[in-house]
Amino acid sequence: MFSPELAINALVAGLLLGGFYAAVTVGISISFGILDIVNIAHPAFIILGSYIAYLLNIEFGIDPIIAAIIAVPAFYALGAAIYQVYYLAFEKRGRAALSGLAFFFGILFITEVLLILVFGVDYRYVQASYIDQSFNFGFINLPKRMLIPCLISLLMFIVLQLFLSRTFLGRAIMAVAQDQEALRLMAASPIRIKRIAFAISIATASLAGAFLIIIQPVEPSVGREYIGRVFAICVLGGLGSLPGTIIAAMLLGVAESFTATFYGPSWAPAVSFGILLLTLAFRPAGILGR
Amino acid sequence: MRSGAFFLIALAVGALIFGCARAINNDYVFFAGYTVLQFIVLATAWNILGGYTGYVNFGSAAFFALGAYSSVFFHKLYPMPIPVLIVFAAVISGLVGLGMGYLTLRLRGAFFAIATLALAVVLQTLIVNWNYVGGSRGAYVIRPSTVAFLGNYIQYLFLIMLVLAVVALTIARTIEHSSLGYGFATIRDDELAAEASGVPTLKLKLIATTLSGALMGMAGAPFPYYIGYLQPSSAFGLEYAVNSIAMPIIGGTASWAGPLIGAILLGTLQQYVTVTISSSVNVLIVGVLLVAFVVVAPNGIMGLFQSIARRLRHDRKPA
Repeated sequence: MFSPELAINALVAGLLLGGFYAAVTVGISISFGILDIVNIAHPAFIILGSYIAYLLNIEFGIDPIIAAIIAVPAFYALGAAIYQVYYLAFEKRGRAALSGLAFFFGILFITEVLLILVFGVDYRYVQASYIDQSFNFGFINLPKRMLIPCLISLLMFIVLQLFLSRTFLGRAIMAVAQDQEALRLMAASPIRIKRIAFAISIATASLAGAFLIIIQPVEPSVGREYIGRVFAICVLGGLGSLPGTIIAAMLLGVAESFTATFYGPSWAPAVSFGILLLTLAFRPAGILGR
Repeated sequence: MRSGAFFLIALAVGALIFGCARAINNDYVFFAGYTVLQFIVLATAWNILGGYTGYVNFGSAAFFALGAYSSVFFHKLYPMPIPVLIVFAAVISGLVGLGMGYLTLRLRGAFFAIATLALAVVLQTLIVNWNYVGGSRGAYVIRPSTVAFLGNYIQYLFLIMLVLAVVALTIARTIEHSSLGYGFATIRDDELAAEASGVPTLKLKLIATTLSGALMGMAGAPFPYYIGYLQPSSAFGLEYAVNSIAMPIIGGTASWAGPLIGAILLGTLQQYVTVTISSSVNVLIVGVLLVAFVVVAPNGIMGLFQSIARRLRHDRKPA
């Protein structure tokens, strides 16, 4: 069974998959890692993003990634609205823990069932010229449907990292995680900063959704497989650390790719959980944790 | 009221319900009633951890399925009566609850919630890959059509679930009025202060997860007999995860009566919607109700009653 060629291909496929996982996780890294909002509905928003990319692609023939960029403002507005409800209902009243989790859990189901009612449970896919092409370097196979999402995802990370570390707004977002009082003394409203940050986190779901539907056909309940993955990556990377998120996403991608290649794809979902539990048990701060 | 007295009263109410159901003598009443009773057990079990200690378990479906599949496993190994299978299911689910709790409960509350969410996915992966219990194809459990004394087998299953519901409610109420319950409440209100005052918080949380997991497993144990053909997708169904959270929160998490009220109301509503509209609308309604209650009435129906009662008392006072 084991051959070096298979192993190298599994490694490359895992790294590409990891790039995509990074895009899926970045929203959680911001909302859970920085803002301490346990947004378990994030994967549902990613699926929503997939379906919007699907609609624009089928109706107008727009490339899924361009479609996702068009949809970013709408997702941003959705995120801002959700944060406003969350703030008024939970953070302000100081009961974020149990009720907040139940709130997002409810949103997860509402989104999923609405998608089922509108689109049904059939698998949907998009069309783009690059989807069935691939680069070949000797025996190494680089399918473009994996490569393009991975590259754009890395680009998105660089932009976000620059935004968070170089701009006033970005630094204010990082500061929210540390000391809200100090932020208020700097004449920046923590609520406004958190609303912007949460809106950005939901906006990333638009792109991640487009990547997902490029990589594989999508049906409404696919999102649930990603809940374990995104939180495993987020925790493994160290909460709130974007470079940590990329490293952890690549690690998980490679681990899953090897599992799928050598044990069979039906075992892959269990990998993330194993990693999550091991991280929580032995190094809860993650790789690049604070 | 002492716990013993509560148990006897609950048992008497249960006997009355069973008598009424027999008087109606329609199989559908038993089928639908079984589902509602099963939700009472699940909601009560969830509330022992979620309501009393404030730790959210999203993996109810996993514990439920664990119970169901432990029945399938032991049934294939050696056919045993259902009450014995329920005990096995309780032990297995309780141990899984303990293990999960031990790994994640030392950290912030959110990690436990996330780990339980992932647990459902992984257990489902394991079951799908495990051919002995049917794998992804599912497993048939052939149930006898009749049973001694009662006649129809569904009546026997109904009776078992009724007893489980009485047991679960008694446990929940006993905890509420014991030092264990006060310990749980300190964790919910301020874990740090509790720890500082010498409350053994980790030990109490582990007791809560084990108990809650065991009860959920018990609710799942008779399920293969009820459904006849057990598939991973039905055992790990969405409705168990969402309902066992929605029911206590909508009913009110502070006392044993909340999950009971929530389960009866939502359970009956869903039986009605499933028959008249469709089962995906069903999950939608529960999701919308859950979000609405969490935002507008976070103390649930019990909380609404209490605030109305309080207002009435204020009005009656002479100005």
